[in-house]
Amino acid sequence: MGINWHDFFIVGNPLILGSQIAIGLTMIGIVAVVTYLKKWKWLWQEWFTTVDHKRIGIMYILAGVLMFFRGGVDGLLMKAQTSRPEMKFLDAQHYNEIFTTHGVIMILFAAMPLLIGIMNVIIPLQIGARDVAFPQLNALSFWLFFSGAMLFNISFVIGGSPDAGWTAYFPLAGKEFTPGIGNNYYAIALQIAGIGTLMTGINFVVTILKMRTKGMTLMKMPMFTWTSFVASIIIVGAFPIFTVALALMTFDRIFGTHFFTLSGGGMDMMWANLFWLWGHPEVYIVVLPAFGMFSEVIATFSRKMLFGYKSMVFSVVGIAFLSMLVWVHHFFTMGSGPAVNSVFSITTMMIAIPTGVKMFNWLFTMRKGRIQFTTAMLWALAFIPCFVIGGVTGVMLAMGAADYQYHNTLFLVAHFHYVLIPGVVFAVFAGLYYWWPKMFGFMLNEKIGKIHFWLFVIGFNVTFMPMFFLGLDGAVRRSYTYSAESGFAPLFLLSAIGAVILAIGFAALCYNIYWSAKYADRNISNDPWDARTLEWATSSPAPFYNFAKLPEVKTLDAFWYMKKHNEGLTLNDNEIKEIHMPSNSGLPFYMAVVFGVAGFFLVFEWKIAALVATIGIIAGLIVRSFDYNDGFHVTVDEIKQTEKAWRGNDKGVNNHVS
Amino acid sequence: MSANVNTALPLEYQTEQNRMNILGFWIFLGAEIILFGTLFAVFSVLNARYAGGPTPKDLFEIKDVMVETILLLTSSFTCGLAIYEMRRNNRNGLLLWFIITLLLGAGFVFMEVTEFIHYVHEGATMQTSAFLSSFFVLLGTHGLHVSMGIGWATMVIIQIFQRGITPVTARKTFIIGLYWHFLDVVWIFIFTFVYLARMVS
Ligand code: HEM
Ligand SMILES: [Cu+2]
Repeated sequence: MGINWHDFFIVGNPLILGSQIAIGLTMIGIVAVVTYLKKWKWLWQEWFTTVDHKRIGIMYILAGVLMFFRGGVDGLLMKAQTSRPEMKFLDAQHYNEIFTTHGVIMILFAAMPLLIGIMNVIIPLQIGARDVAFPQLNALSFWLFFSGAMLFNISFVIGGSPDAGWTAYFPLAGKEFTPGIGNNYYAIALQIAGIGTLMTGINFVVTILKMRTKGMTLMKMPMFTWTSFVASIIIVGAFPIFTVALALMTFDRIFGTHFFTLSGGGMDMMWANLFWLWGHPEVYIVVLPAFGMFSEVIATFSRKMLFGYKSMVFSVVGIAFLSMLVWVHHFFTMGSGPAVNSVFSITTMMIAIPTGVKMFNWLFTMRKGRIQFTTAMLWALAFIPCFVIGGVTGVMLAMGAADYQYHNTLFLVAHFHYVLIPGVVFAVFAGLYYWWPKMFGFMLNEKIGKIHFWLFVIGFNVTFMPMFFLGLDGAVRRSYTYSAESGFAPLFLLSAIGAVILAIGFAALCYNIYWSAKYADRNISNDPWDARTLEWATSSPAPFYNFAKLPEVKTLDAFWYMKKHNEGLTLNDNEIKEIHMPSNSGLPFYMAVVFGVAGFFLVFEWKIAALVATIGIIAGLIVRSFDYNDGFHVTVDEIKQTEKAWRGNDKGVNNHVS
Repeated sequence: MSANVNTALPLEYQTEQNRMNILGFWIFLGAEIILFGTLFAVFSVLNARYAGGPTPKDLFEIKDVMVETILLLTSSFTCGLAIYEMRRNNRNGLLLWFIITLLLGAGFVFMEVTEFIHYVHEGATMQTSAFLSSFFVLLGTHGLHVSMGIGWATMVIIQIFQRGITPVTARKTFIIGLYWHFLDVVWIFIFTFVYLARMVS
């Protein structure tokens, strides 16, 4: 066991004490408010047990925004600590914990759910389907992700945060050098969330292969569907590797095996290989759906068809293929030798080719287009130059020999933030502004949106541009402080100021959501942007059955074609038939709870208790096996009423784009 | 979700939802291949790192392993017979062969557990060396899969008793069949690369 009870709650650090109190108060507050408003039943019936892909997507997005906030606070704390030389704000240990949780949370608990959330809401609508292939499995995916995220987040108040970096390299992350339980949280929370992600991948592969509406061949799929499809395939190919790596880490840490240890014949470099065999594809799992979102946004607001659709598809597939062949570029300096390094240098640089093709396609889509500068489009426009900076510095890092200079410096940190923030965060913002009306039936305010945009983009560049130069001057990453003589101080201060601007930008987004929820016009059409794909063919927000009559597709940009030829836009009463929909289920939520409990016990190395909790998991599986609930039918009358409410009252004339 | 029934196909393929479940399971098996592939890769990296502990020659006994192999291969064959009876809509034949399959599987698990206990008594545990860590985890993962399969199939057998051969029970049985054959293939790799190759060399 070896866990001391007095280590259970982390005490003695005022920052953490403050958060403990804040967390406690927030939880009491939430429970009190929900009870006061008598909303428990509503929460349970409409949200916790839902299997509707749109609601699951919204829950993913909500969780992702919360986690982005947590990760962002971590980022700000680090920037505060390094704003002046020899600062005494965070000590070395605390800084280690914070960059670790920041990295893990941003990638796995913020970027992933934000993208998977938007995929959930949009993909079935875009392919003209009524839900995903396995709705209940979809709910299970969400709840397992959520369970893992919560387990990871409690680490900093109960038991201690992981502190070996988001890469958790051995031997550092092993029991010998990190004896506390922090890294158990890493191994187990990511395992639980990872199982959820793997099931999402399977679900979307089947959904996209099998549930496309009549006429939508593969080469008529919208680009966001294509990129999400390929990302799902990468999930299926890469996540099992992570599953194994994390399981072996758990064995090493909790059961005393010798996979990655220095003693007993273990091999620490094998962790680095397994981690990046998953980790590099993971980067493309998050960035490909984002590319798809930009493609939709750019085509819509250039009022043109996407340029080079076929080459887009081929480059996405090419990127996916190459993404599996580059993992060694993360440890050029760790002893692989010149021949191996050269091979992986070349494969890495090759990724720039399909990515470049995509860049030019976006530019050519805009060429001679009638560009509308909506907030969503602004994000796409800012993405292009910022991402190019990230990409070009990536090619610099890809040169094995040169990497000896850049490795482990802030140059690298600047590089991957220039890839991840424009490539993922800008995309999610663009997607949120663009699809918000489809999710909620009102639009986000464009004026506040533009304030959000300018603050965030300027703040982002001011934060991370100086880090390139700091890195070239020799400032190492993951270092909690530096001396005044190093001369780094001015650029570090500038970078910290940028982070504050960035944070204000994020606050503007939160304010925008609040403002729009309160005051925005609810009287919007199904198609406020005059867009091109099928999700806009049904009402905003979409009814729970998505389409009263499944649309038929003749070309790419199917909805645009329908509008131009005035086909399939109206609905006759006699075309309405009963619709079969799946029933809600409390089982996914239950599974998340037992997985969370079992995981928590395992983190604390209470093996017997964990084993007992596993019985709860098995019980859930048995219940599921005997569950023959076949869903329910929506009556024709109900559909008629729902459809009447939005069709025909000509709200489409309102132009909401300023 | 939609009815879209096609009665020309075998029972388990008739509804659209069934077809999707089966495709989904194939993709899941793809993920399983990656999972076992990774474990094999780990084993192949660590399999000569004995750290002064026992080597394969000290431990493995070809006779027991042969019995395990025969049990599992036979169970794959009887599993095929079960599906064949299912296609002929013969409920009792299906149940008979299905139960025999599981008994053979249980025999395999029993043999494997005894083998492990024997190793542990000889002082060869997961904690002894990297070789043994990877050995136990690779085989343990496979054995756990077989055990889970037995539990899962038992649930389905109960459902066949309750409901007979319906599109849903047929689909479940068929999917377990896929799973079972897959585990058999994994075992063939284990038998070849873990036992035979290590004992010959
Ligand atoms: C929003 C504002 C952000 C700020 C202010 C920020 C700041 C930082 C800082 C200061 C570091 C550590 C540098 C060091 O090594 O000392 C860091 C590391 C990192 N960041 Fe961010 N970041 C932000 C957003 C993101 C996003 C959106 C992602 C991913 C989607 C991300 C992923 C990472 C990762 C993976 C690391 C490496 C962690 C490690 O070294 O183990 N960050 N970030
Ligand atoms: Cu990489």
